[in-house]
Amino acid sequence: MSTHPTTPSQTVGPYLHIGLPWPDGPFAVARDTPGAVWLRGTVHDGAGAPVTDALIETWQADPEGRFDHPDDPRGAKNLPGFRGFGRCPTDDTGSYAILTLKPGPVPGPTGDQAPHVDVSVFARGMLHRVVTRLYFPEEESANAQDPVLNAIEDPRARATLIAHREDDGYRLDIHLQGEDETVFFDI
Amino acid sequence: MSDTSHEGLHVPGYVRDHDTHPPLDYPLYKSTSLRHPQRPLTLLPHMLTEITSPVLGEDRVVGDDHDLTRQHDGEAQGQRIIVHGQVRDSDGRPVPHTLVEIWQANAGGRYRHAADNWPAPLDPHFTGVGRVITDDQGRYRFVTIRPGAYPWKNHQNAWRPAHIHFSLFGRAFTQRLVTQMYFPDDPLFFQDPMWQSVPDEKASERMLARFDYDTTEPEWALSYRWDIVLRGREQTPFESEEEVLEDDE
Ligand SMILES: [Fe+2]
Repeated sequence: MSTHPTTPSQTVGPYLHIGLPWPDGPFAVARDTPGAVWLRGTVHDGAGAPVTDALIETWQADPEGRFDHPDDPRGAKNLPGFRGFGRCPTDDTGSYAILTLKPGPVPGPTGDQAPHVDVSVFARGMLHRVVTRLYFPEEESANAQDPVLNAIEDPRARATLIAHREDDGYRLDIHLQGEDETVFFDI
Repeated sequence: MSDTSHEGLHVPGYVRDHDTHPPLDYPLYKSTSLRHPQRPLTLLPHMLTEITSPVLGEDRVVGDDHDLTRQHDGEAQGQRIIVHGQVRDSDGRPVPHTLVEIWQANAGGRYRHAADNWPAPLDPHFTGVGRVITDDQGRYRFVTIRPGAYPWKNHQNAWRPAHIHFSLFGRAFTQRLVTQMYFPDDPLFFQDPMWQSVPDEKASERMLARFDYDTTEPEWALSYRWDIVLRGREQTPFESEEEVLEDDE
């Protein structure tokens, strides 16, 4: 019974930087939080060029797989100092970096989902955001059971969602188009 | 609302509203050419991560964030306007306590941004950035300057119609929306690929504010009303009848 049609999306345009970035945007947790990891990556266009005017947003559960949100039927759970949400514009190399805590597994309709981060990409030249997910490379068995990953048949496409381990966190490069195109979701 | 049997946890998702939105591949907007996925999108069923989102409170908003004409020592140049409205979901329910962010050009059509260097004057008293949290009825209100149209290089003699960029969170990851508000009777729509990219004319009209004489403030500011509709919940057999507020227009 959807009576009111929704408002259309439009691009963030080239001047998103005056309106969207927050000084604390990249910090889903404070800098000195024990166990904090950097999620980094570079956004590429279909010619392989870095996309230097994109905005990355991340949303995820806390390390116990909980959300500070009333619609979680298990109840809202606040982990002090953890926002769960990160926001970072890409720099002149097309790169983003968000400091956060690794999420725990999150219940899904057929059992647990592997730890994951929902990622939105906004940019000039995109009339609508695109959405992908970041998964963790050391979670091999959880990833093998994950309903979202398992719905992607092509192993090469599935691999575009698995981050790579780095010294102080993880890397997920995002390819908007082309040979290495990231899997994007109809959200 | 939910079913927590041992098999897993089901939560009602949000309606999918593809018909409303522009395509990612839209050749008339040239920058889309290398920035749109060529493979079909993969369906993501809505689970806990998708039906939740950050709860952002008043700490994201400071002082004169709602009044873009008073963020500096002097008053901003141009036509002072009020832009207000209600954020609802597609079931007509208000979306209360959600962050609304805006950014815009000044009266001359220029952004306070290093990459905007077309020869229109900058206004030292206008930044062009605002933030508010909707009230318990989902209402928001800004005081600002009517933005000017500005040229861009997409096609020969290309001009963007006057617009204000809006960013909304709603209460779920699925409700996140970035869009633009336009003004009625703008003569530039016919050549604007952003406006034209919305496939259905009725849908593009939902990006249009209307002049609102009733809330115009005498001897102070003209007023425009723009209501924003985010995706609503999918109905489930478990859901009891909830109070649905009627459209107040
Ligand atoms: Fe703009």
